Amino acid sequence: MAKVSMTVNGKAVTGDVEPRTLLVQFLRENLRLTGTHVGCDTSQCGACVVHIDGVAAKSCTALAVQCEGQSITTIEGLASDGKLHPMQEAFRERHGLQCGYCTPGMIMAALDIVRRRGNELDEHTIRDQLDGNICRCTGYHNIVKAIEAGARAMAK
Amino acid sequence: MYNFTFHRPTTVRQAAGLLARNPEGKLLAGGHSLLPVMKQRLAQPSALVDLSQVEGLTGVELKGRSVVIGAMTRHADVANSEILKEVLPGLASTPGSIGDPQVRNRGTLGGSIANNDPNADYPAACLGLGATIITNKRRIAADDFFQGMFTTALEEGEIIVKVSFPIAKKAAYEKFKHPASGFALVGVFVSKRGPDIRVAVTGAGSNGVFRVKSFEEALAKRFSPKSIEGLTIPTSGMNSDIHATPEYRAHLVGVLARRALAKATA
Repeated sequence: MAKVSMTVNGKAVTGDVEPRTLLVQFLRENLRLTGTHVGCDTSQCGACVVHIDGVAAKSCTALAVQCEGQSITTIEGLASDGKLHPMQEAFRERHGLQCGYCTPGMIMAALDIVRRRGNELDEHTIRDQLDGNICRCTGYHNIVKAIEAGARAMAK
Repeated sequence: MYNFTFHRPTTVRQAAGLLARNPEGKLLAGGHSLLPVMKQRLAQPSALVDLSQVEGLTGVELKGRSVVIGAMTRHADVANSEILKEVLPGLASTPGSIGDPQVRNRGTLGGSIANNDPNADYPAACLGLGATIITNKRRIAADDFFQGMFTTALEEGEIIVKVSFPIAKKAAYEKFKHPASGFALVGVFVSKRGPDIRVAVTGAGSNGVFRVKSFEEALAKRFSPKSIEGLTIPTSGMNSDIHATPEYRAHLVGVLARRALAKATA
């Protein structure tokens, strides 16, 4: 077993894990943060996207022990004071989901697009940058609209 | 995934020591090639030596007439490097086509070339620019480094520290991206630096990245898509799988080489 400590959604956490424990397993099974989903488990689908030190990554393709000392943000860390994050609110408002399985990863990826590309995003950019996130309901139309609106709302 | 012991050295020397003590161990860079094969239990390293805390392995630096990139530099950081976009945009654009944004946030230059996947993009850039791979032991020319599918000149315990890319006046990469995996079905990197002309192909060959001497000779007179108009490469040695036949791959080599030349000379 290996000791691991990191900050998750602003809180310091520690755990005893096997080195082979994936970050997504650590989040879901040790910390019970089940908002981060496992879709394909092969770094394709993006349901497991979280932020590692502020940068989006697929948590099915990172070991928990690799994140020693780092700061992780999951979907559970976005809302504050009982109020949804503007990007979450945009997904609710525009119905940017159907079954909802891909949604946490979509929202975490969307925030990374805003970080890299700013608040004014056109449809082409959003679709191109969502390359690593798959919605198996094929509900991309409203996801793209939600990201466009959410990115704008974040600037306010 | 089989279990392993995990080590986090902070210097290259410590990392080399850990590898020496763990002959069945492997280096871990961004983990985006190694972890997936470990999950499939196709690899079973007894130990992982994580290079993320090792000092001095990241960054893009201009050194004379070369750009030197640290082995642990992430794809996104190479693609976004202002220095590179200015002096060698053909190289900056190469990692920008790898995988997807989240993959580019984790994957590294050193990890990619050490793995030498026959469909990876960076081997084409290294061979297509005549890069020098610098390890903790020696300097290896790209022409000698890539030795076939998943095979390199790296010896036991050897660690890639950085890669030096000569600045070619004209250079570009064009790739036919597999729509599902994002890997290059075929990718062609072309460059011209004085009399040194290179055409390097990834994805197509059944034995990994290779140079197309017949194209390079034809381009010696004039570095232009027209110079290789009508030229083809033999289908022998081309990869064949459910995605593409050898004929199709050979055809793509010509098409993408011309596109890359058009881009490099635009």
